[in-house]
Amino acid sequence: MAQETEKETLDLKEVTIRFAGDSGDGMQLTGSQFSDTTALMGNDLGTLPDYPAEIRAPAGTLYGVSGFQVHFSSSDIHTPGDTPDVLVAMNPAALKKNLADLKRDGIIIVNTDSFDAKNLKLAGYDKNPLEDETALDGYKVYPVPITTLTSSALKESGLSIKDINRCKNFFALGLMYWLYNRPLDATLSWLNSKFKNKPAILNANEIALKTGYYFGDTTEIFENRYTVEPAKLKKGTYRNISGNEATALGLVTASIKSGLPLFLGSYPITPATDILQFLASYKNFGVKTFQAEDEIAGITSAIGAAFSGALAVTTTSGPGVALKTEAIGLGVMTELPLVIVNVQRGGPSTGLPTKTEQADLLQAVYGRNGEAPIPVLAAATPSDCFYMAIEACRIAVKYMTPVMLLTDGYIGNGTEPWRIPHENEIPDIPVKFATESEGFAPYSRDENLARPWVKPGTPGLEHRIGGLEKANITGNVNYDPANHDFMVKLREQKIQNVKNDIPDLAIQGDAEGELLVLGWGGTYGAIKEAVDKATAKGFKVSQAHLKYVHPMPKNTKEVLGKFKKVLIPEINLGQLAKIIRSEFLIDVLQFNLVRGLPFRSSDIENQIVEILGGKNGK
Amino acid sequence: MANNIDAAPVKLTAKDFSSGQDVRWCPGCGDYSILAQVQRSLPEINVPKEKIVWISGIGCSSRFTYYMNTYGFHTIHGRATAIATGVKIANPDLSVWVATGDGDLMSIGGNHFIHTCRKNIDLKILLFNNEIYGLTKGQYSPTSAKGLVTKTSPYGSVDYPFNPLSLALGAGASFVARTADAEPKHMQEVIKRAAEHKGTAFVEILQNCVIFNDGVFDPITAKENRAEKMLMLKHGQPMVFGKDNSKGIKLDGFKPVAIELNDGKNSINDVWIHDEKDTSHARAFILAHLEDDPTLPAPFGIIRQELKPTYDEGVERQIAHVTEKKGKGNLEKLLFSGNTWEVN
Repeated sequence: MAQETEKETLDLKEVTIRFAGDSGDGMQLTGSQFSDTTALMGNDLGTLPDYPAEIRAPAGTLYGVSGFQVHFSSSDIHTPGDTPDVLVAMNPAALKKNLADLKRDGIIIVNTDSFDAKNLKLAGYDKNPLEDETALDGYKVYPVPITTLTSSALKESGLSIKDINRCKNFFALGLMYWLYNRPLDATLSWLNSKFKNKPAILNANEIALKTGYYFGDTTEIFENRYTVEPAKLKKGTYRNISGNEATALGLVTASIKSGLPLFLGSYPITPATDILQFLASYKNFGVKTFQAEDEIAGITSAIGAAFSGALAVTTTSGPGVALKTEAIGLGVMTELPLVIVNVQRGGPSTGLPTKTEQADLLQAVYGRNGEAPIPVLAAATPSDCFYMAIEACRIAVKYMTPVMLLTDGYIGNGTEPWRIPHENEIPDIPVKFATESEGFAPYSRDENLARPWVKPGTPGLEHRIGGLEKANITGNVNYDPANHDFMVKLREQKIQNVKNDIPDLAIQGDAEGELLVLGWGGTYGAIKEAVDKATAKGFKVSQAHLKYVHPMPKNTKEVLGKFKKVLIPEINLGQLAKIIRSEFLIDVLQFNLVRGLPFRSSDIENQIVEILGGKNGK
Repeated sequence: MANNIDAAPVKLTAKDFSSGQDVRWCPGCGDYSILAQVQRSLPEINVPKEKIVWISGIGCSSRFTYYMNTYGFHTIHGRATAIATGVKIANPDLSVWVATGDGDLMSIGGNHFIHTCRKNIDLKILLFNNEIYGLTKGQYSPTSAKGLVTKTSPYGSVDYPFNPLSLALGAGASFVARTADAEPKHMQEVIKRAAEHKGTAFVEILQNCVIFNDGVFDPITAKENRAEKMLMLKHGQPMVFGKDNSKGIKLDGFKPVAIELNDGKNSINDVWIHDEKDTSHARAFILAHLEDDPTLPAPFGIIRQELKPTYDEGVERQIAHVTEKKGKGNLEKLLFSGNTWEVN
């Protein structure tokens, strides 16, 4: 269906589109379909799903608005875009809530059918903005009666009005495919597999999608259509992947690379549930998923599985980590390998379940009773979750310790193209179980200070472990003051030894200078874009990003010391800044914005410019 | 490792199950009897010592793991059944036992307990029920009698207690039994039956805390009371009790009543025949609540046994089934699955 248009096609370098509508309008699906198709066209992309915690909030309300932003480009990009170029607004509330984020001369595509008195009132509009000359001044507004057009296309479908109305997102999707010159194939094949047992629904959605596409072509309202050329990415096979799926794949990969069967004990919690769902489907990889009765049983069943000799994992989000805290201490005391994945969300308490945040860092590093050190890793991007999940498993089994992997709602749900590694490019994870009873002691130490791992069932090695303090080597319960002091320090040293086993902190940009922007976790993309843009403008600024947050790479202090100023942007009140100050006695500048959203790169760029001041850093 | 597959299995003794650690319960504690009966019973269950794992939580009872020469894990308060669940699912070949108390299992661990029963995870759970918090020195527990005066209930507890048998039945445990520290032979029999059972086996052991709740079970288990107050259940046998088994339990509709067998009005034929495999949950609950009526004895033995597939078997079966259908997982294929595209 390529030759039907005569309209001029304009070539763009990059576009950011935000789809917005009611939480029942299917905006997440529309956005993810558009992203998948766009990925298949070879664009680099970043996505930001932004939806309310309510599953079906009352229709038409501002708080019920669900949005999905996709940024795609013909070059390498790192964020879901600061300000959308295009807003697809399915109702007045979606327009009202998202308009302020749109570029000043941006495109607005609105479903005019939903701009009735009731919806306008729910959105808090006194006057219909589509009829108000000043309200949308400066924007290119394309009014489309999406509901009417969808219904008339489907009047023969035999479906109920309710079911017909549910197809209108596919009309909108078809229209956007036309406008941005994308093929329908991927979405058609997705529909075919999704609704293979519901032919009427399948047919209706196909019609809606195609009607939207042809509407773009035949209507007079669009002067142009657009295209974005494929990005020049590194050679290879790619797929579009979210952080949660990448985490699940990383865990399965670690299971195969270590030869250890994977056990996941977990309790559903937003935004981490996807990992449990993905792993539950990998049964033919021998993965055992235990949907526990609560967060505590999630982690304690995993500790039991670790004791049995499995690669044990629990997945959760901040409130779940709070509940698992005591059990993490048991893992520290009994020195069993365990991976805890925290897909961070807005807190405290229930907080903002569907929004992102970075405020669990201090909880991860310090949040346990007693001296209970554990390694803490943080993934930087959606696809980086794959590699960091493997790293977490490797460190856990090598050092016989719980390891926490921090991701967040943004990289967990957001997607990016991932150059898929071949199985043989990923190194094995060596694991050794003790089997010889001769000279065996449960708390003896290897060169890294790790104790031996024994599978119950091994004859002659029967032994007891537990949460009480124990003597080194024998593991016998021991309350002796000198022994406790020794063991507290030994457990700390064991975790510090992980430093010998992780890559140095790398600097992007000049290796010394005026300003270093130091980040950790999911802010990588926004910082990278900000630093790149500032550098392009001539500012002297470099970037370093911590993926190993505790312990930090050996050269961290040295790297920080090479810059006159260090700026740490964080989606919290300065938790890494606190750690850096206390560890290295280096003062740092903070930039903290805790909105439940990822940073806009422009916010960080403005900070860079402000710090480097009129001197331009030159 | 010596290869002794062909050698005849070595007959173990109670001594083989002793870890040699000094046992540190208070002199006279009922836990000593439980430890001794377990050590005497395990050699007869035909499971190699290295395949037995004891998991405990926190409390006096939970020190049990340290005294058993098997694999053992003394964990955290309330979580023993959840940890044991992970041990069993990860390696279904192990015989996994939980030693726990009324605070550990019925209070802080209540949620894990009911879900373990519901899922029918193949664990053997021994509840050391002394109706008191011992390790924290004498506070009322979720099984303490209403009105019990303790350090935290100086004017008497206003709590209603759990009936552990009823709770286990209600949660769907597939094996529910009761015994007492004062009944060593009976306890050994019950432990062996629990060991043979595939599924969640729950055994309540009435255990005397000699320091903080001494004699709490005397009205039932003391020598002078046991004939009248202990109903020793035997599968397929009439429920008789009393001196020379002169009394029986008759089921009058849903109401259990005690009858005299020698008064000329009733005979042994009127007595309720115990059926462990009774499909009626109602009758099992009647039995579990027998002693709610102060004129009736307390039941001991196997209240109910139901044979149904266990959770851990289900997990294994599903993995085998999916693997057969889809083929053994191929990592390269999995990584390259979904919508992929080439960049040249």
